[in-house]
Amino acid sequence: MKALRNYLNRIKPNFEPGGKLQSLQSVFDGFETFLYTPNTTSRSGVNVHDSLDSKRIMIIVVLALMPCLLFGMYNTGYQNWLAAGATEFPFWQLMAYGFLAVIPRILVAYVVGLGIEFAVAQWRHEEIQEGFLVTGILIPLICPVETPLWMLAVATAFSVIFVKEVFGGTGYNVFNVALVTRAFLFFAYPAQMSGDKVFVSSRSILGLGHDLPDGFTGATPLGQIASFAGDKLELLNLRGDVISTWDAFLGLIPGSFGETSTLCIIIGAALLLITGIASWRIMLSVVVGGLLMGWIANVFQTPTYPASFLSPIDQLLFGGFAFAAVFMATDPVTAARTGAGKYIYGLLVGVVAVLIRTYNNGYPEGAMLAVLLANALAPLIDYCVVQANVSRRMRRLRQRAEA
Amino acid sequence: MRLEGSLSVTDVTATVMPERIAVVPDDFPGFLPKLDIKEGDTVGIGSPLMHDKNDTEVRLVSPVAGTVESVVRGPRRKIERVVIMTSPTPDAARPAVKPEMTEASVRAALKSSGLWAMMRRRPYDIIPQAADSPRDIFVTAMDTAPLALNLEEMTKGMEAYIAKGVEALKLLTKGNIYIGVAKGSAMPDVKGAEIVEFPMLHPAGNVGVQIANIAPVNKGETVWGLDIVTLAKIGRLMTEGTVDYSVEVAITGSEVVSPKVVKTIPGAPLASLLKDDVKNDGRHHRIISGNVLTGTPEGEEGYLRYPYRQVTVIPEGDDADEFMGWASLSPSKMSESRSFFGKLLGKRFSPDARLQGGRRAMIMSGIYDEYVPMDILPEYLIKAIIARDIDQMEALGIYEVAPEDFALAEYADPSKLELQRIVREGLDYMRSEV
Repeated sequence: MKALRNYLNRIKPNFEPGGKLQSLQSVFDGFETFLYTPNTTSRSGVNVHDSLDSKRIMIIVVLALMPCLLFGMYNTGYQNWLAAGATEFPFWQLMAYGFLAVIPRILVAYVVGLGIEFAVAQWRHEEIQEGFLVTGILIPLICPVETPLWMLAVATAFSVIFVKEVFGGTGYNVFNVALVTRAFLFFAYPAQMSGDKVFVSSRSILGLGHDLPDGFTGATPLGQIASFAGDKLELLNLRGDVISTWDAFLGLIPGSFGETSTLCIIIGAALLLITGIASWRIMLSVVVGGLLMGWIANVFQTPTYPASFLSPIDQLLFGGFAFAAVFMATDPVTAARTGAGKYIYGLLVGVVAVLIRTYNNGYPEGAMLAVLLANALAPLIDYCVVQANVSRRMRRLRQRAEA
Repeated sequence: MRLEGSLSVTDVTATVMPERIAVVPDDFPGFLPKLDIKEGDTVGIGSPLMHDKNDTEVRLVSPVAGTVESVVRGPRRKIERVVIMTSPTPDAARPAVKPEMTEASVRAALKSSGLWAMMRRRPYDIIPQAADSPRDIFVTAMDTAPLALNLEEMTKGMEAYIAKGVEALKLLTKGNIYIGVAKGSAMPDVKGAEIVEFPMLHPAGNVGVQIANIAPVNKGETVWGLDIVTLAKIGRLMTEGTVDYSVEVAITGSEVVSPKVVKTIPGAPLASLLKDDVKNDGRHHRIISGNVLTGTPEGEEGYLRYPYRQVTVIPEGDDADEFMGWASLSPSKMSESRSFFGKLLGKRFSPDARLQGGRRAMIMSGIYDEYVPMDILPEYLIKAIIARDIDQMEALGIYEVAPEDFALAEYADPSKLELQRIVREGLDYMRSEV
């Protein structure tokens, strides 16, 4: 460790103003502060600081996403094997297949996103901010596994630049960067990004896995619902068997890479809540909102809107609802910031997500749009809460004046 | 906040009569100093050193007898401190003049004795102004800052002074006098004052937090705040006509060999208080006049500043080499976050002065709310201050706050923003604009 520290100290002058590599100062600083906690001490104000910093916060979120990532690898392999009609599912082969399927996507998201972040940080002469560590892993998790890499790159670049950097960088964005990436893909490339093919990896990679026939269709449960006609809803997996609630809970269903397993999402949620990194108020109220709207839809079930056949619990298990509740809605920058506002914001996300997926057959999944809508409304919600505080103060003043 | 280096004995174990002391006008916000003395003058206990340009009767006085050694000036001839060489021979006793118990006479006595400047008023967290007719006066009998002395214990046996002090202050306000005490305290009833209990947990000892939970300040109102020790000093002035300027100081912190309480004079050099009590462990030290939250890092050459009754010595930490501290699982990392294990173990910490991270935009929400127990939305107030939005600052309650109320939030903030400095600048800006 000492040798590394000495090495950093030796090369540091190159990156300082006037040095040979001064145009890489932010990058050097980023790596240095990553490796060694900076020795900067406070100049004014408090003399001691809490050990929690934004690096640790971001890393904890990334850790919380790991179960979803690992399960996503397994499930990607599982779906491929299942679609090919396999009866045996060798664990390590499935994992390896899923790993190979996802690793290019993770790399593309990080290289494109961090590249832009590094460049902007240097341009502004600022420290590199850690926000993209989380965004970069979220993007592959919420996109279908067959998303073409170039689309992923374009979408990532678009949202990092136009959703984050133009607003001032991490901490100033209005919309969730990862979700805008997903929305960009959804609206810019509707032909490729929806339908039956994109959610299941259909080719063998480096000799692993199976090449599926061209006519193969692999609709997600919500996709099946959206195109369903009749009055007895039955969701089938790729082999044609009925999907049990248990399968949906474990996540052995087709869907975006990391969103299918409610179990893994709950493990991640537990980590976020135990460490206090994510807001329990938001998570709770999203779930309550989803259950409430799911129950209402279920009470008034009609074949016109087949998703109304789903029980409220199924509404939570299918699609990206749980993932959105735990990882998307709780993004502290884009969520409501006031205590009371968080409840309203969460309820809004939950209700709107189920509302869209049930009553708008054009969009099989509503969680993404619900969170983005709530992001847009969060400042308004906060404004109302702040005004309540202000008018409480005004009322106090008036009462005082009358007395 | 549980820090290493706490007091095991809370009684005074030594008396330190320093060779020189310093009076720093910056410690009295709102006081515009104008000198009454020049270098070489002889001063006695309680004789004036400076007066306030806004109200010439408000004075800072010498707490010792001696000669003025130097007047240290900073940029633009700003008076930074007045240093007084203490005389070894005791001062000839000055005749004690017992003030009358009328409003005018109490005011005059407080101003000329220097006790006036030891109080604070809200809005703006400055010394009381001449025109103030405070709605209420708040007295805190708790110092909840880390490693602080117990104020109630310090004033044991001074019940008569406290009662007299309340009686005197009662003449200055039409409202109430509130005394904030720790839950379950043995504080006897004081005639004319209302005793309110608070949990013994920082920042409940801050007068501002007590005000906010008893009767918040509204626009156009003024309240005063002081601590119980100052109240006892006021009572003594009213009873006997003399002021006891001495101060009990806790020498604490993880880098102190044996934490103790000493009796000394305000403005004493920190070196004289610490002597050989700082650990000789080869680390850089941060010597703080005050507690770790609101105190000023003065260094070995520094002086005991007002209003602190504490000197804290902690490691500076600029010589530390911590590999990937953000990933640390070590239980010795101090944090309020449950992502570190130390808090669960309930042990004491010896933190250093590092920021423990980089300065960032306000990312996490709701953290400040947990550490500012007032009906205030701290994040929004801070943003309004940074934007210098006067209407919004006013609407969000800037008149109710002081920098010290934000100290704990500043400590816990993962974005490492300088909240106390921001609030102080906001208050000064409001005062200059409104």
